[in-house]
Amino acid sequence: MGRFHRHEDGTEHAHDDDDGHARGEDHSGYQTGPERVEVLERIFGENDRTAAANRAEFAASGVRAVNLMSSPGAGKTTLLRETLIRLAGQLRIGIIEGDIETSLDADRLAGFGAAVALINTGNGFGGECHLDAPMVASALPRLPLAELDLVLIENVGNLVCPAEFDVGQDARAMVYAITEGEEKPLKYPVMFRSCELVVVNKMDLLPYLDFDLDGFVGNLREVNPAAEVLFVSARTGEGVGAWCDWLRARLRR
Amino acid sequence: MHELSICSSIADIARRRAAGRAISVINVRVGQLRQIVPDTLVYCWSLVSEETTLAGSRIVVELVPARIRCRSCDRTADVGDLPTFGCAACGGIDVEIVAGEEFLVTSLELADEEAGG
Repeated sequence: MGRFHRHEDGTEHAHDDDDGHARGEDHSGYQTGPERVEVLERIFGENDRTAAANRAEFAASGVRAVNLMSSPGAGKTTLLRETLIRLAGQLRIGIIEGDIETSLDADRLAGFGAAVALINTGNGFGGECHLDAPMVASALPRLPLAELDLVLIENVGNLVCPAEFDVGQDARAMVYAITEGEEKPLKYPVMFRSCELVVVNKMDLLPYLDFDLDGFVGNLREVNPAAEVLFVSARTGEGVGAWCDWLRARLRR
Repeated sequence: MHELSICSSIADIARRRAAGRAISVINVRVGQLRQIVPDTLVYCWSLVSEETTLAGSRIVVELVPARIRCRSCDRTADVGDLPTFGCAACGGIDVEIVAGEEFLVTSLELADEEAGG
């Protein structure tokens, strides 16, 4: 088996095993300087193994899971409430609600016909800024997965960290409020790239803002040319039906 | 922002691979598209490793620039500081990321047992 590695100048290549390079744990003392142990292990390996297990559990239960991300205050919870009002009679929906502290968002979603499992991430080291796969795994036993069609995972409000962690979802979507300004895709490209769908929310405020909608869409296209875009106002209900259709279409895939 | 939890993962990997031997350096490879701040990672490591068997070890970060390849015209290019993920040559949007998403512990340098006590 060849051994892949990278040099200081950025070139990469592989060596055969018998070329005399240091082998870490099994080399035999010809190397000078500190002993080196080759590792080449992915740091998210453990998270990603748990995410794969979550994904398998969703699939075994016939459930589609959507990881919904945004900055704080973009309107995820309001959109979810409007979603439940429209879909709860047609689909069996579970919500996994991630929040650093409090059950405020989970309380706002109670009573709309969905099973809600709350994860407070405040037990992490200073409060985790994202949901990771083990946290979502811990919420699964509190949802009647076998009786559900769709699980909506409301991630912690944050445009950085949630993009890094696979939680086992089938699709990632984000809610973006036009009050956030048109340049955010360029500032948070990893988040905007990670999503299949961007729900542009608070469209009812467009007449009152200097928001450049075409500029925003252009910036989004720079970082994620393939993303679907929906324009909604969770407050007035405009466009929420199209978002519900997008969710329904996930089920048929 | 999640460097603390990442340091815990790195600590798990380092402990397992070192198998009881003292570590002086943990070499980590970080792609540009990983939203890791190297200085923060180094600082958080000092917090996470403090008063553990890993105390005194340090993290050395190797950064990898992001590169994309256009599936239409096969051109490969650096993404650069302004994150544009379309092909500058043919305008194609079907691009694959060929570098910049790395995030791994590449190697450990073990401490000199005599010097380390």
